[in-house]
Amino acid sequence: MAHSYTPGLTVTEQTVIRRRRQLPLPGTVLVAVGDRVQSNQPVARAELPGKVYPLNLANQLGVAPDEIKEYLIKKEGEVVRKDEILAENKPLIKWFKTEITSPITGTVESLSTITGQVLLREPPRVLELLAYVDGTVVEVYPRQGVTIEARCSLVQGIFGIGGETSGVLAIAVAKPDEALTPAHLKADMKGKIVVGGSFLSAETMSKAKEIGVAGLVVGGIHDKDLRALLGYDLGVAITGTEQVGFTLILTEGFGTIPMAQKTFALLSVHAGEKAAISGATQIRAGVIRPEIIIAKSDGAAPSGVAVVPQRAGIRIGDPVRIIRDPLFGKIGEVSALPSDLQKIPTESDARVLEVRFPDGQVAVIPRTNIEVIEGA
Amino acid sequence: MSAAIHASEKPAIDRPFNVIVATDCGSTTTKAILIEKVGDEYRQTFRGEAPTTVEAPFEDVTRGVLNAIAEIEELSGRKILDGEKILTPSRDAKTGVDIYISTSSAGGGLQMMVTGVVQNMTGESAQRAALGAGAIVIDVLASNDGRLPHEKIERIRTMRPDMILMSGGTDGGAVTHVVEMAEYIAAAEPRPRFGATYKLPLIYAGNKEAQPQVRKILGEKAALEVTDNIRPVLEKENLAPARNKIHDLFLEHVMQQAPGYKKLIEMTGAPIMPTPAAVGLIMEAIAKREHLNLIGVDIGGATTDVFSVFESVFNRTVSANLGMSYSISNVLAEAGLANIMRWVPFHIDEQTLRNRIKNKMVRPTTIPQTLDELQIEQGIAREALRLALIHHKSLATGLKGIQQERTISDVFEQQTSGKSLVDMLKLDLIVGSGGILSHAPRRIQSMLLMVDAYEPLGFTMLSVDSIFMMPHLGVLSTINEKAATDVFVRDCMVYLGTCVAPIGQLKDGERLADYEVTFPDGSVVKDQLKMGELRLFPLGLNQKAKLTMQPAKTINLGQGAGAPISREVQGGVVGLLLDGRGRPLQLPADEPARVAALTKWFKAVDLYPRS
Repeated sequence: MAHSYTPGLTVTEQTVIRRRRQLPLPGTVLVAVGDRVQSNQPVARAELPGKVYPLNLANQLGVAPDEIKEYLIKKEGEVVRKDEILAENKPLIKWFKTEITSPITGTVESLSTITGQVLLREPPRVLELLAYVDGTVVEVYPRQGVTIEARCSLVQGIFGIGGETSGVLAIAVAKPDEALTPAHLKADMKGKIVVGGSFLSAETMSKAKEIGVAGLVVGGIHDKDLRALLGYDLGVAITGTEQVGFTLILTEGFGTIPMAQKTFALLSVHAGEKAAISGATQIRAGVIRPEIIIAKSDGAAPSGVAVVPQRAGIRIGDPVRIIRDPLFGKIGEVSALPSDLQKIPTESDARVLEVRFPDGQVAVIPRTNIEVIEGA
Repeated sequence: MSAAIHASEKPAIDRPFNVIVATDCGSTTTKAILIEKVGDEYRQTFRGEAPTTVEAPFEDVTRGVLNAIAEIEELSGRKILDGEKILTPSRDAKTGVDIYISTSSAGGGLQMMVTGVVQNMTGESAQRAALGAGAIVIDVLASNDGRLPHEKIERIRTMRPDMILMSGGTDGGAVTHVVEMAEYIAAAEPRPRFGATYKLPLIYAGNKEAQPQVRKILGEKAALEVTDNIRPVLEKENLAPARNKIHDLFLEHVMQQAPGYKKLIEMTGAPIMPTPAAVGLIMEAIAKREHLNLIGVDIGGATTDVFSVFESVFNRTVSANLGMSYSISNVLAEAGLANIMRWVPFHIDEQTLRNRIKNKMVRPTTIPQTLDELQIEQGIAREALRLALIHHKSLATGLKGIQQERTISDVFEQQTSGKSLVDMLKLDLIVGSGGILSHAPRRIQSMLLMVDAYEPLGFTMLSVDSIFMMPHLGVLSTINEKAATDVFVRDCMVYLGTCVAPIGQLKDGERLADYEVTFPDGSVVKDQLKMGELRLFPLGLNQKAKLTMQPAKTINLGQGAGAPISREVQGGVVGLLLDGRGRPLQLPADEPARVAALTKWFKAVDLYPRS
């Protein structure tokens, strides 16, 4: 029964991570195994096929689908410019002539003599895949991407929005339980990753956007402010593509919740250093949590083995955080692991554990309502 | 449990099964049960559960399976695991099991995109075929769906489904539109959600005349499978071949890509089924065996699956983003805050409630520890159940535009085309399953949750899956029907009782009906049911009482306004519930009155412990 617990978030000064960087479709890998790369350096490139515009020529010309080839001026594979004539009929009387022009600049991709339609495709768009973290290329997947290994400090958040970005870490508050206010944000924080304390208000978010901060890392926000920021009520926690002006990472959850002391201390130590962050969160299969990666700049050779947190289960003495009301956010230590089911106030029988808090108080908590603080 | 899945899956296994271990890998929790032959009958003996491990840092579903089975080992004293292997067959009374079987909805289930020519004809048929196979339909594309061709292509490109089902046209009809759709799909070059290197499975089940062209257009671009037309003629749906193909491809392609599923497939002794497909088998079997009209629901962490059988016609829908953990925040988004707050029997400010719901979303495996939290979750569950039934009603309809017959099970003639088949007045039984219903601390909570969400009319029986094992029994029924039936009857299905709900509204406190209940011991209760009242009478399992009611002249109990009714009602672990709150159910708009009404109702049925 040691298995009923929630794997915690990693907050660690020293680890080795591997991040797989993969193109959405086959392309060219620009780096080789062993290369040192910077977070903003392209490591692979692909051409995203352009948008497709179908055009039903048979209907527009008033001919049978299998006749359209006779009327086409541009053939399959040919380049066509916007408003250029694509097809035309050849009536006896010139006035009845119908010319079909191309709605886009692109190529004639294919034509169908069954449906009578022509598919036009816009020119491809070049997509550059960035390294995201400073590190070393340890594996190349031809035409697909690479894996980058980095020795770094790593902080996982609980929830985020916005994609990958990087910038210098700036600690804006003095203590982890201090809320980040507009007054904390200065003009020189433009392009930086700003670390706040317990809470981020809607006003602070507006100010951050105005200044142009790259990222915000705080303990909590109110759901209503998130809704205002996004413009909609987030239904399912699958994020990372939002464009709100900055990347936002919550380390604790929703509400006013002081950032865990350990997280705040770790980030404070690295103030002024470059960090790569991603707000992408996916609380589904293959969970993705937002992260803050501070790569070690000493260029040390990679260890060759990525550190994967592995736990056998929960043990007495493990540091834990309570992740559900009424003691949400409190941090303590496991002091007992009774194996029998116990009745909790809802009358449910649950597997519980006992948590001792720094003030000596002890509480009985369902095992699913705690999170082991990893990387301790 | 008569419904076998289909011939292409592994045949039933001949050797005797005395010990069976089954798991359901849900999106949040992996639930394992042990079934043992005790004397001549099979019984469910132990259960274990563990968090599902498709997520990092494990990213291997078998870890959760092994953890859940390890719990059964601890509780039963039987050695089932040898390292990471399941010991099969059983060697002696304390070692091994004869077979391991599993269902799965982890990893977001099976996500499909379907296409048709006419949206409410072949588009809907394709949707029903996919839903029937236990899939989540992420979009329905049709020639007449109002989107421009390039918008359709963009949509196909960005959606990344696990599988596409193409339908369209009747056999021998025009091929143009369905070929056009194939051209769009080819142009979009769709890619699957998992695995960058494999081709997207695509099933073509449209006009057979268009098969050669579809093969030509899509043969190279997708893992194309061609099967019989789901709408061979307008008047008929033929969903089974497409449904079977979906199951095959789910196992052959999709499951192979999800984290750890290759290993899981090797461990199981029978094909892994999508959870909704397995629960559907059970629901269908109950309705057939008891000759009932029923609504079944399985409310999970990510999705809520609704099943109905009316006049022998089976329908299933999966509401992809209505659930109690991963999707809890989406229930709030879809229902709106006011609809959730209306079930909470105390004052809570909007901000706190919103934050709590979001915190559950980001930490989906947590459980309510306090009574307040339980009441909030049960309020959200009512809304998830309500919304999923609305979704189900909109799809469980007759074929549109025609006088029709359907062959899912029986021939069915329809008076009004496209009318929902779900008729609450004809409903005999509601079956609830899923964590929040199966594990409610008091069974009356499950009963009232379903009554509040579904607002059954007239006389309706309610039951619940005892500890959530319908998925396991669904897959078990495909290999050993007796074992599945034995366990279902003895250990799984818990009858809660009967709800009697007069239809109509009066002023609070006015007489809705006079009633007389004759209990099995001969005792008689005669009284008046007043508007706004809930009355609960103990009436045990397998007990029946005679209920006679004389409703007020505008009130209907199924026989028409003011018409008296006399019926036998079945008991259960909760009893007989007389619901005098009127239909449709209306809650007071202002908060103090609403809280007072909820408190009165909850006290009347002893819903929660009194603090």
